Amino acid sequence: MEMLRRSLLAASVVGALATPLVAQTYPNANDPRNNLSSGLSNAGIAIEGMRLLSTAPKAAVHDSVRGLTFVNSDLAFRGNLVYQGNFAGFAIWDVSNSATPRLVSAVDCITAQGDPSIIGNLLFISAEGAGNRNDCAKGGVTNEADHMAGVRIYDVSNPATPRLVKNVQTCKGSHTHTVVPHPTDRGVVYLYVSGSQNARPDTELAGCRNGGNPADESNSLFRLDVIRVPLARPEDAAVVTGARIFTGLGPAPARGGRARAQRPMTGVDSAEMAMARAAGPRNCHDVSAYPAMNLLAGACASYGILVDISNPEKPVRLDAVADTNFSLWHTAVFSNDGKKVVFTDEWGGGTSPNCQITHPLEMGGNTTLVIGEDRKLTQHAYFKIPTAQTARENCVSHNGSLIPVPGRDIMVQGWYQGGVDIIDFTDADRPFEIGYFDRGPVDAPTVGDSANSRARGTIAGSWGAYWYNGKIYSSEMARGLDILELVPNAQLSANEIEAAKLVMWEEFNPQSQPKIVWPAAFPVVRSYLDQLVRTNGLAAARTTAIGQMLNTAERQSGAARRTSLNTLATAVERDAAGARDAARVQMMVAAIRDLANATR
Amino acid sequence: MEGMPAVTIPAGALFVEADVRFMQGMIAHHAQAVYMTRMAEGAGASPRVLRLANKIDLSQAGEISLMQGWLRSNGQVAPDTSSWRSMRMAGMLTDAELQQLAASRGRDFDRLFLQLMIRHHEGALSMVSDLLKTPRAAQDVDVNVLANEVETSQMAEIELMLQMLEELN
Repeated sequence: MEMLRRSLLAASVVGALATPLVAQTYPNANDPRNNLSSGLSNAGIAIEGMRLLSTAPKAAVHDSVRGLTFVNSDLAFRGNLVYQGNFAGFAIWDVSNSATPRLVSAVDCITAQGDPSIIGNLLFISAEGAGNRNDCAKGGVTNEADHMAGVRIYDVSNPATPRLVKNVQTCKGSHTHTVVPHPTDRGVVYLYVSGSQNARPDTELAGCRNGGNPADESNSLFRLDVIRVPLARPEDAAVVTGARIFTGLGPAPARGGRARAQRPMTGVDSAEMAMARAAGPRNCHDVSAYPAMNLLAGACASYGILVDISNPEKPVRLDAVADTNFSLWHTAVFSNDGKKVVFTDEWGGGTSPNCQITHPLEMGGNTTLVIGEDRKLTQHAYFKIPTAQTARENCVSHNGSLIPVPGRDIMVQGWYQGGVDIIDFTDADRPFEIGYFDRGPVDAPTVGDSANSRARGTIAGSWGAYWYNGKIYSSEMARGLDILELVPNAQLSANEIEAAKLVMWEEFNPQSQPKIVWPAAFPVVRSYLDQLVRTNGLAAARTTAIGQMLNTAERQSGAARRTSLNTLATAVERDAAGARDAARVQMMVAAIRDLANATR
Repeated sequence: MEGMPAVTIPAGALFVEADVRFMQGMIAHHAQAVYMTRMAEGAGASPRVLRLANKIDLSQAGEISLMQGWLRSNGQVAPDTSSWRSMRMAGMLTDAELQQLAASRGRDFDRLFLQLMIRHHEGALSMVSDLLKTPRAAQDVDVNVLANEVETSQMAEIELMLQMLEELN
């Protein structure tokens, strides 16, 4: 029985870390990010490994700084358009020219927090706040029949005039949502809806019910609402099921402890809610799908959860981990091979200045987990931006995506006023920073602020920073839309950047991760070569010779090039045996052969 | 509310009196939690409890600034960090309980701290729950987001403290 219960719990507990952490430390007083001047539009900038191409200020209808009411939120991408959520609506940008993004339209519709996704001509926007109305009117909700909490669907076939097609109401509203494609029917997508609130009363939305027992399928609390969207008939979109991925979890175990089943608590407002609270998590903050791998990573309050989504209407939890250093498992990014997943911790909820020198590095940052052959999770190192931010800057790890550099796992990530960071997590035990873009605070420090003062300024910074078709787009909550490009440095070569730029998507929703496939191309081969040079993975004499042979082959064409490349591949394959990094040499061999085969 | 003047809601505001009372009350509530956490070091708490205390301190002190900022920018009275001495919100410790905690050491402190902090956190959850049940309340985005953050983070900390407590016993 004990065995059975334990397997039902299926919660693995993070014990001692697999390997010791790298002694990550805050930088010394010479870090260029220290002492940046403040300002909304003219703050000082420190930048490494990137170049800022443009900053487009917020659309006029959202151009106000008043707490969180008008802040920008997340991004979605399609073609030359960027869809930028805002707590008071959304904006559509034409970014054909990165230097001068053009505002196509801005919609004025209170919809906190406005997490967007785009599929074809349909734009989906998450609505959670208690003041969101069906009709987008201002002034809040006075009649509960007007309350909109769920996902708004817009037809954006004409991006200049978005048209609201449907408000899909959900019991817990929608803090975020994630697109999961139908396994076979390209005309259908699912939206996994993460709602962080309690279920609405039955009187407001029929069928909604709070309940204390996760296993009770009639309660609306312990589930992610799953919306099925027939793309040709968006007006028929509806909640079809609840993803019950929490059942049996129980409260998060302490590090080194063991998951336990639920247990009632005393001293709370109702017996039912007491039971619910003792039952462990019931919400995810965000879930990241990797459909090509049938995987989903749920960042769910006190747990990071790995889920099999082969059948999107019947997801199956594979594993769950807890870590007492993490306050709020917030979001996740998979490595392209699906063997690692980076989870973030939104300690303080994003509005607190949690990157100060007094703040522990293992709180409010990332952690890398390895996904084993058995599809279980093992936690490895933490990563936090190696810069101490001021008491005026809300800062914690937030949303990001992979940069498609072959042979490495690199992500770009927004850290609110901590800026935009580029992180290599190829080695799960040694993640490190390879670039950053940081502005000074919006608000000037005032007399009495000290390094560990906890006064907070205007909420701003990068909500999310994503790579899309060759550029980095960062949604600045208060300042608008930043577009950046990569610049080579010691940790990232021009060839690696060029190879990343070869990967193009028609559409990109960052939390529904596409599988990266690189075309056969010289920059891909040279990326591996540069990596072997950088890490001494192959003898210098050989890397130099291989570089010369690649140059020769590139000057050739047709059969001559093909012959040169095949000869080179055979020679490099022999190099693998004596190489320090034989695996990378083999990856290069495969890339050379791909290139030979693609040569006509 | 004890110690707090009457609330005037400006015309056109999206917030109601319950929102103001929630923010004011939560400042006092958080301030007492911070006061409790700062006893841990001197009381010879275990490293785990000390670590938890530090995390609660950093988290709630940050939220106090946030709530004070919201109240001031909306023309309301913002209590300071001594307000817990005059305001009694759900789950807060009585003077006798505080004295008991202050007098305990080592393992006894760990146990009592966890028990009382669990109850303290439960009180915060009740305050959030009461707010969300109030008609027209929590429609202001900042109040809504803060209430959610308090609920999410403290619920997770309760889970953790329950486990720590069980391992102590």
